[in-house]
Amino acid sequence: MLTGTYVDRDTPLHRAPAGLKLVVLLVLSVGLLTVRDPITGGVAVVVVTGLYALGRVGPRTAWAQVRPLRWFVPVVFTVQWLVLGLDAAVGLSTRIVVLVALAGLVTLTTRTSALMAAVERALTPLRLVGVDPARIALVLSLTVRSIPVLAALAGRVREAQRARGCERDVRAFAVPLVVGALRQADALGEALQARGLDD
Amino acid sequence: MIVLDGVHVRLGERDVLHGVDLTLTERRIGVVGANGSGKSTLARLLNGLVLPTRGTVTVDGLDTARQGAKVRRTVGFVFTDPDAQIVMPTVAEDLAFSLRRLRLDPAERDRRVHAALAARSLADHADHPAHLLSGGQKQLLALTAVLITEPSVLVADEPTTLLDLRNTRQVAALLAALPQQVVLVTHDLHLVEEFDRVLVVDQGRVVADDAPAPALDHYRRLMA
Repeated sequence: MLTGTYVDRDTPLHRAPAGLKLVVLLVLSVGLLTVRDPITGGVAVVVVTGLYALGRVGPRTAWAQVRPLRWFVPVVFTVQWLVLGLDAAVGLSTRIVVLVALAGLVTLTTRTSALMAAVERALTPLRLVGVDPARIALVLSLTVRSIPVLAALAGRVREAQRARGCERDVRAFAVPLVVGALRQADALGEALQARGLDD
Repeated sequence: MIVLDGVHVRLGERDVLHGVDLTLTERRIGVVGANGSGKSTLARLLNGLVLPTRGTVTVDGLDTARQGAKVRRTVGFVFTDPDAQIVMPTVAEDLAFSLRRLRLDPAERDRRVHAALAARSLADHADHPAHLLSGGQKQLLALTAVLITEPSVLVADEPTTLLDLRNTRQVAALLAALPQQVVLVTHDLHLVEEFDRVLVVDQGRVVADDAPAPALDHYRRLMA
């Protein structure tokens, strides 16, 4: 979800202000907590599918949003079916998928910078207690940017491990990964300074 | 003009540079030297990323130790690994990050970002995640993000080390066309052959400071 997957399109969803989208996401998420039966769940699925269509997001990109749930949801579903019965299990599992799909839709239709600006505005009252909202928004952006960088690093470490024939050794994976991540953090700090963050 | 006066740098337990005195006025200055010779530290001194343990570095009269932020507005810096330098998730956002201290209104900011992207044929990638660019495009983005702030000096620390031949040529051509003063640290010796001046750094000292041909000869003999 959080890998900067913005899809550039000109749709009402893309044009909607980021703050509004975040508020609607919050309201719908709370509203979904009341969903317990398959029928309301079905309605929610139809609504979300409609929103994806409105945002002109293709099925493949849509699937990528909920794909990380493909192991988790079946487990939850099975447990709930055994404990609470089929109806509740369908309702609750649908709720999880719909929530993740909605959050994914917000990131697909909103530039990270717009999201960060909205977060920054929402956090402005915290200025009163000495928090700098711009810094928090920057940290969030850096986090989003760092995910693919660290994923690539993990990939390189795993390759090196395999090349040297020690792919089952946890330490041979963890040590270079942590050292590499710290190095990357140092370099990032240097780059932020070079690019004028300390102004 | 950049002036280094009696500069010593000690990082941890190691003396990285010993007594460097330099006055850098030429438009094109190359810096070559072995791995660990101190050339990266020398480059980082020029915009105050590294501060001298003894001695001073001044850029147009500004001391890097006391007015670092101001110096960094004058001296742009390009790193070897663009992944370390790109700090925002998408291409256009990363360029906008460079402009944030100018406090432009959003329309003017977007206009400058898109003009810069168009000039480097990156316009089609404006909203792409930075991590999906190729290595060459990433370095181009990093360079564009520095140049968009219009620094009067550009320091580049091995900007082509991770690039293939075509991208190396492209970056070299871009650097050659810049109106700014350029200080280029590199292992691609042919990139500095046409420069005004080349410094050779070895074991923390500037051991040759000359026109490219004699300086590079000295370096080749040193490495033989």
